[in-house]
Amino acid sequence: MGKYLRLAFILILALLTGYGVLVTVAELPPYGADTNLTYNQVSERYINGALEDTGVPNMVTAIVLDYRAYDTMFETIVLFTAVIAVLITLKGAQEEGDRK
Amino acid sequence: MGLTLADYGTMAMLFMLIVASLAMYFIRDLMHAVIVYGAYTLVMALIWLQMNTPDLAITEAAAGIGMTVMMMVVIYRTSRKEE
Amino acid sequence: MKDFVLRRVVALLLPFIQMFGIYVIMHGHTSPGGAFAGGMVVGLGVIGFSTVFGIEQGKTKMPEHVTTITESYGTLWYILMGLVGIFKGLPFLANKLAVDVGVPGELTSGGLIGLIGVGVGIRVASTMVTLFFTMMEEEA
Repeated sequence: MGKYLRLAFILILALLTGYGVLVTVAELPPYGADTNLTYNQVSERYINGALEDTGVPNMVTAIVLDYRAYDTMFETIVLFTAVIAVLITLKGAQEEGDRK
Repeated sequence: MGLTLADYGTMAMLFMLIVASLAMYFIRDLMHAVIVYGAYTLVMALIWLQMNTPDLAITEAAAGIGMTVMMMVVIYRTSRKEE
Repeated sequence: MKDFVLRRVVALLLPFIQMFGIYVIMHGHTSPGGAFAGGMVVGLGVIGFSTVFGIEQGKTKMPEHVTTITESYGTLWYILMGLVGIFKGLPFLANKLAVDVGVPGELTSGGLIGLIGVGVGIRVASTMVTLFFTMMEEEA
């Protein structure tokens, strides 16, 4: 009996989650409308002022390396960490095998 | 609905993407699947160029072939053959 | 691989691939592309070379003591460029406030962006090469 009770509980939980997701989707702004919250003054400022603020014609580079320079810095640190992890995992295992 | 020649070209490239994706699933040999993935990446880069985003085209060509195909080749070379 | 055509073509193409990658890194702020894509192209040249000619031959192109240095100092270079703003009494990673950005479209324009891009490009190239060599050595 406990098994069926648990299954019923999981089913109710799944239905509640699905209802919540559907309600959230219904509340979303229409796709591609120009009154959406993502089209605010931030992107306007970047599009209009990128050349003036940074002196760089390539807007992607202007945002990645100037407006969002902190993000890119931590991105390079993430790359560094990934390489360190791979080196520790593979090289460390190799050297341990050599020692045996 | 006047479709220009470029539209038909884009359609043909999208169709090639679908064919390549299905082919990668059905091909049993790993090395052949990697080669088909390289063709997929090339067509995808052309589609980005068609959409006036040369930035993404360069990144797709470099990252698609550089990261993915090279890592797959590494897996192919270092995997143990099951016999 | 023993194929004559493949070896000859890769050996001929390697300088051009490297030159294109360095071009994409250097002109990341004036033309499409950028540090990440250019660094990947540079790393890809070395990776393709060592796929054809073998790992031992490829390591002579980018030895381990070189990748160790570029690996570590790429990130440090980025942070040092950010400290330029601090030394001038401005926020960290300040660009236009700290240095002259020059005329848009020239190679020397953009202030610190070009210098940062060079650091990130070297960093990405050495990351890819290090990952490839480490994972291929696992074969032995």
